[in-house]
Amino acid sequence: MKLTDISGDINEWFSGSGPLSDIVVSSRIRLARNLAGHKFLSRCSNAEKSEILAKLKEVLMSLDLGDKVYYISIDKAPALSKNFLVERHLISRHHAFGKGPRGVVMAQREFFTAMINEEDHLRIQVLKAGCQLAQCAKQINEIDDMIEQKVDYAFSPRLGYLTACPTNVGTGIRVSVMLHLPALKMTGQIEKFFNAARDMSLAIRGLFGEGTEAASDLYQLSNQVTLGVSEPQIVSQFEQSIIPEIIEYENAARSRLLSSEPHVLDDKISRAMALLQNAHLISSQEALFLLSHLRLGVNMHRHMGASTPAIKRLCTLCGAGEGKGEHPGLSIATINRLFMLTLPAHLQLNHGEALDPTHRDALRAQIIRSALNQDLPQ
Amino acid sequence: MQCQICNNKDATIHLTEITDGVRSEMHICEQCAAEQGIAIKSHIPINELLSSLLAVQPTDDELADPSERQAACPTCGFTLDQFRKEGVLGCPNDYEVFAKSLQPLIEKAHNGRIAHCGKLPSRTPADAKKQIELLDLRRQLEEAVQNEDYELAAKLRDKISESDK
Repeated sequence: MKLTDISGDINEWFSGSGPLSDIVVSSRIRLARNLAGHKFLSRCSNAEKSEILAKLKEVLMSLDLGDKVYYISIDKAPALSKNFLVERHLISRHHAFGKGPRGVVMAQREFFTAMINEEDHLRIQVLKAGCQLAQCAKQINEIDDMIEQKVDYAFSPRLGYLTACPTNVGTGIRVSVMLHLPALKMTGQIEKFFNAARDMSLAIRGLFGEGTEAASDLYQLSNQVTLGVSEPQIVSQFEQSIIPEIIEYENAARSRLLSSEPHVLDDKISRAMALLQNAHLISSQEALFLLSHLRLGVNMHRHMGASTPAIKRLCTLCGAGEGKGEHPGLSIATINRLFMLTLPAHLQLNHGEALDPTHRDALRAQIIRSALNQDLPQ
Repeated sequence: MQCQICNNKDATIHLTEITDGVRSEMHICEQCAAEQGIAIKSHIPINELLSSLLAVQPTDDELADPSERQAACPTCGFTLDQFRKEGVLGCPNDYEVFAKSLQPLIEKAHNGRIAHCGKLPSRTPADAKKQIELLDLRRQLEEAVQNEDYELAAKLRDKISESDK
């Protein structure tokens, strides 16, 4: 498989489908594991790392995942490919720019990846569209069982699965959801959400942007406690209380915008449309910021029946022939595609060569303009 | 408690300031805090959390077992000082060697929990003794290769592949 086989489109879990996907964009569960009888990576020579890599690669490549499985050597990959894999959430930045023999095994449809020799010997993850944590948990548990048939994991009856960092010890599980929270941001309540998350020992970070001030209004919320709580308990806490509560807050903020500040909402959406449809140079940060407002508008129309003047106009746009049928007009899939395909490494990989920032900004603006102006009356 | 600035909303931010040894407290709401330009740090990166936890670890005198402070793990040579710097351990055996020193850190990172509850390996994993033996054999192998003692290295390699089955 070449990376350009997948770089032209979004992956399944970012398609905007799945339960509750107007707010919960995707679900992810990862497990951290280490092989018994080997040192952790910080003390491993390259020879031992190669040995671990070879052993795990062989086991992972033989898994029956119901999809084609590929291996990519990260230590040999060019920087652009590594950045692409990071943008795609298939590997972490730490893995991309780490040291020594390391790689990733991935399913072609990108619902599964396994990083070998990241911080732990093995980090496997399952990703799905929308709110599907229970399904992620079931699948990753099955995959973990299959791997465990062939290798011995470092495990202690007292502390569970032993990880390089004591903050992951126990279940080694990281349960996370990618949330789109533009209304909480617009109404100035996002800090409240951060504080509440911290009080519940949850970690939060901005995605597709720098720092926690995510330009895209996309946030990743994940558990931090991995010891003394079972995997099903953590998943059910997310599904039963954490996620419903956040959805309620975000929806309340959306309703409030609609009822008491429709002009603010319309202004944001109209400005976003005007800039995206007309700009000739647009940075990645600005594009993420503006596309987030389009996403909000379309979802408010679909899920709340909102039809302010700007939302009505937004919904008459037609992106790349998408959104026919039940919801004609601009679709979330089109917006998400623009989101991902205009990220720097995606742009360059699809263009076929490295581009300087100005050329990237021009190409990004062109892609967005042509997608959003397709069916407009001339 | 009401916000001291607007006297309207609930105070959710509590600031304690100590200037020249004089302590003053302020209780304000989020909106007023934002207007005053008081930034609330909302995210603690994991490495920062880790170093702040490590910083409050007991000093040498307070350690239940001061010998751990100087000790090096017999299987990987790791020391607590290295853990302080790197934030990751050297081998699974470190959890046993430095059990007493790691306990407070583990407890803080996991909200007071200290014992595993959750998935168990589907088949019995190699017992702890065998795991440590393997680690030991691999260390000896590395030494043998370094000393160019290839005869010993070959023997050790055979032993490893036998016990790693």
